[in-house]
Amino acid sequence: MDANPDLKMNNQPLVQVRNLKKYFPIRQGLIIEREVGSVKAVDGISFDIYPGETLGLVGESGCGKTTAGRTILGLYPPTAGSVSIAGIHVERADKAELQLLRRKAQMIFQDPYASLNPRWTVSAIIGEPLHVHKLLPDEASRKERVRDLMVKVGLSPRLINRFPHEFSGGQRQRIGVARALASNPAFIVCDEPISALDVSIQAQVVNLLEDLQDELGLTYLFIAHDLSMVRHICDRVAVMYLGVIMELADRNELYEAPLHPYTTALLSAVPIPDPKKDRARQRIILAGDVPSPINPPPGCRFHPRCPIARRHCSQVVPEWRQVSPGHWVACHEV
Amino acid sequence: MESDLLLDVKDLRTCFHIAEGTVHAVNGVSFSLRNGETLGLVGESGCGKSVTMLSLLRLIAIPPGEIVSGEAIFEGRDLLRMSDAEIEHIRGNKIGMVFQDPMTSLNPVLTIGHQLCEPLRIHLGMDAQRARRRAVQLLEMVGIPDAEHRLSDYPHQFSGGMRQRVMIAMALAAEPSLLIADEPTTALDVTIQAQIVELVQHLRAQMNMAVIWITHDLGVVAEIAERILVMYAGFIVEEAMVDDLYEDSRHPYTRALLAALPRVDRRRDQRLRSIPGAPPNLLAAPKGCPFAARCELAFDRCQVEMPPLRTVATAHQSACWIDLATGKKW
Repeated sequence: MDANPDLKMNNQPLVQVRNLKKYFPIRQGLIIEREVGSVKAVDGISFDIYPGETLGLVGESGCGKTTAGRTILGLYPPTAGSVSIAGIHVERADKAELQLLRRKAQMIFQDPYASLNPRWTVSAIIGEPLHVHKLLPDEASRKERVRDLMVKVGLSPRLINRFPHEFSGGQRQRIGVARALASNPAFIVCDEPISALDVSIQAQVVNLLEDLQDELGLTYLFIAHDLSMVRHICDRVAVMYLGVIMELADRNELYEAPLHPYTTALLSAVPIPDPKKDRARQRIILAGDVPSPINPPPGCRFHPRCPIARRHCSQVVPEWRQVSPGHWVACHEV
Repeated sequence: MESDLLLDVKDLRTCFHIAEGTVHAVNGVSFSLRNGETLGLVGESGCGKSVTMLSLLRLIAIPPGEIVSGEAIFEGRDLLRMSDAEIEHIRGNKIGMVFQDPMTSLNPVLTIGHQLCEPLRIHLGMDAQRARRRAVQLLEMVGIPDAEHRLSDYPHQFSGGMRQRVMIAMALAAEPSLLIADEPTTALDVTIQAQIVELVQHLRAQMNMAVIWITHDLGVVAEIAERILVMYAGFIVEEAMVDDLYEDSRHPYTRALLAALPRVDRRRDQRLRSIPGAPPNLLAAPKGCPFAARCELAFDRCQVEMPPLRTVATAHQSACWIDLATGKKW
């Protein structure tokens, strides 16, 4: 079951997502609740993730990237569509399958302060998955495994009985990584794992995630809004906007030859730490804000802000199609 | 040049006395600002960049805070020594402020119109009608459509980017000569950040106002600032014109920070060069160079003596015992 580090691409995908939707109902009324609408957080996304690769999922806040990650892991039941991880169909898994899935697919969270129980020691936090999944028979061997995991993520095992508040943000994120690794997963959803950290600490955590991937053959779904970091860490990148994926391609192709006007605008808005190059660059400043996912615009969701939108863009939903090998886009004008 | 000087800060030191001891937040910061100039103040969390600005505006709670020493001459008068009434007048009229979180800096139970008109009436002595007309004008100036109607809306009816525009409108109400923007785009998405940066640049030019832009983001500040100060553990460690800082940094910390940043415009060529360790604990009184423990180049003198800021090139200062251009020790 474990992903093999030698297997890369041109293989069977480890994760398959097909037309996945997640709507959150909006209810009104105090005693008799009725549904008055829904937030269409994820509205039909499809992609594959291959063993050993890192797929980036980028987009602005509220585009549905976090909901997508959680729905893929089965933390939210999907409204429609299917997800399979290592052959297990998440949306119709029975209890035993779900338990196996929880072991094989893990998550690293954004906020290293909120995602660790402040009353638990590091030992209890990292050891919890071992306990839940009954992976090791006794306390002593669990402690031993926790120490190994701490060393693996660059924490001193002497700190095993400390509490989260005694650690810095970067160290806490390492605790979160160790917890995710405890059950020997094949697939990890990293939900903005570095956005709460300072620049000098971000690089430490990113390098750690890369080392662990090489060593353990992990597959990552890397959810982030930092497009520079995504280019660095991901093999392929999917760009989300208002619940749908607009473009997906190999990282260099996406950053050097983006096809979708949203991708182009998004990339041009990222500041470059190079003032001369920055001044010479042509920027596309998008007007307005991201519309509400309760009533997303008809046709292409990006059309109200799109600089090249034409009439049919507001009427017909663009097809999600492959324009060259591995390069997918949803736009009428491409 | 002297008459062109808007703000001149010398040896500012701010501490916080807490149960665990004394936090040395700002440790002798000196800098100046010309009329109409845009200055970037860059550093990681806890480096003292916000406390520096809050100290200048006397917005530090005393106690636990204490401004231990320093002077800050603004338009010829010392901000740190004037009366409470005087500094309040300066804050409303001469120096505008924009903070990071546009939701918590607006009062959720008052309309935008109320919050915009209040300072106009108090600081500029306008009557209700004139204040309202000016408020509409201000909202239009920061690019809020349908301004007249939006005055009666509450903050939650605005998006994050629009709220930040409202904050900018409030800060600019009295046409200040200095705008202090503390991480104004950190809570916003990149496409909205680009809008706000463009707006501030446009207004700055139009009103000929100086701007101090505080941020942790070396990308944003490359775009907006003319000159940059880099802070670390309460010290300014480097000061340079923007192009010089990015092309020819003379401080190991700045260099390490730039090397640790991935670039959206470049192919990946290697692993990120991370900076080992973490910033020092500010509870200990500073001794030696605060970056020494994480610095590749540090030698024995760095551990015991803080290097002073010295001029290393035209308009370029660095606090390091090694001259990075030649590799020689001072």
